[in-house]
Amino acid sequence: MTLILIMFLVLLAVLALTFIGIYNALVKLRNRVKNAWSQIDVQLKRRYDLIPNLVETVKGYLKHEREVLENVTKARAQAIEVNKGVAEQAKAENFLTQTLRSLFAVTENYPDLKANQNMLALQEELTSTENKISFARQHYNDSVMGFNTKIEMFPSNIVASALNFKQQEFFEVENAEEKKPVNVKF
Amino acid sequence: MNRGAYFMSKKTDMWALIDKNKRNTVILIGVFLIFMAVIGYIFGYAYGNGYYGLALGFVIALVTGLAVYYGGDSVVLGISGAKKIEKKDNPQLFNVVEEMSVASGLPMPQIYVIEDTAPNAFATGRNPEHAKIAVTIGLLQKLNRDELQAVVAHEMSHIKNYDILYATLVGVLVGSVALLCDFFLRFTFFSGGRRSRRDSKGGGHPALIIIAIVLAVLAPIFAKILQLAISRRREYLADATGVQLTRNPLALASALEKISGDVEVLEAANRATQHLYIVNPIKSFEERAKTSSVFSTHPSVRDRINILKALANHR
Repeated sequence: MTLILIMFLVLLAVLALTFIGIYNALVKLRNRVKNAWSQIDVQLKRRYDLIPNLVETVKGYLKHEREVLENVTKARAQAIEVNKGVAEQAKAENFLTQTLRSLFAVTENYPDLKANQNMLALQEELTSTENKISFARQHYNDSVMGFNTKIEMFPSNIVASALNFKQQEFFEVENAEEKKPVNVKF
Repeated sequence: MNRGAYFMSKKTDMWALIDKNKRNTVILIGVFLIFMAVIGYIFGYAYGNGYYGLALGFVIALVTGLAVYYGGDSVVLGISGAKKIEKKDNPQLFNVVEEMSVASGLPMPQIYVIEDTAPNAFATGRNPEHAKIAVTIGLLQKLNRDELQAVVAHEMSHIKNYDILYATLVGVLVGSVALLCDFFLRFTFFSGGRRSRRDSKGGGHPALIIIAIVLAVLAPIFAKILQLAISRRREYLADATGVQLTRNPLALASALEKISGDVEVLEAANRATQHLYIVNPIKSFEERAKTSSVFSTHPSVRDRINILKALANHR
């Protein structure tokens, strides 16, 4: 009788420990996702801060392409306003990226502007920020995938559904050009 | 997202390596403690009390071990002549490193520049929170932005894998012990022989001669340990993890090509630090001297380049 009781208690303890272990792993992964998202946020804010400088520098040079500048300003304002989760934010940010690209395409026509020291420094900063955004997105998506996989896999899916861990959204790329498969395979 | 699935499987490999690096570090420090205690015991024995010497050797080893754990990176950077820089000194380099820190999710490392025109780079530090990346002026001059990014990504991977801790400790501990052996051997044999004529007490206690013989045996073993630290697997994995960050294998391939193909000699490197660099600066020099073809003399770098090119072509 006592033997059965002991075995039962041991089994219970093992189950409880497994449960705690899985729960902690899930929390760790979810925090990693959150942290990765805040990294994207930092870079997006950095871009918002750089754009007024860019507009100010470019304004004096551009003659015919006023609306390109206005688009950038508008897209920036929209992106700052959005506060409705990952998918909406991604859409607004991708739009901002596109307007910035067309602005840089336009500046190609102004040799004076391209030679401007201030402009060169800004361009390096913005290029780097764009890179950081895409690297942060890559890191975020990798973290989301790690978390989502854990939620779907047995036995962690039992713990996840019991304690209401929800799948996280990927930061999708809208731009068709960026959507092309990356040719990295091992 | 099948790409991601690959990287997930790679991650288990990485965690195994991190554990292995931490374990090796503990073993290394343990061996160092025992080594110093034994030397201390023999010394103590020669001068009266063996246990006194043992305790002294142990304490010295403990203090050195701690000092090297916390200050080994400064030693390595110091003997390489690396100078710390701020963002305003080189905004682009700073941005490139920051990009890789974002991509890897690791804290921003400190950046050092070595005044040497031979292109090369290494990372050091005891953990990702205290990591340092050092690049030479030559690297900044000869590589384009993408290649520089690829090299920084490779170094970032060493940081992530805790290669930096193990490699730095090996460099400083084993390097200095090997140096000590060299010094001690010369001291005992040469000074013993020279002095014996006018100083009858010189020439050495038999225990010291035993130490000298032990050291003579150990010195090449330590040199071998240093070489083993230059593990190919470590480099291959850092290349792969680096590409995982940049998703640009060709940039790393051409960076390796430029670094290994460069004819200049990195004066900042020595035996104790050679294994830290992305491309071994000393080996390449020695082997370059043997034949004229750069690639035939550089099998491991050529292998790395071939693997990276295969990654890019494999669709």
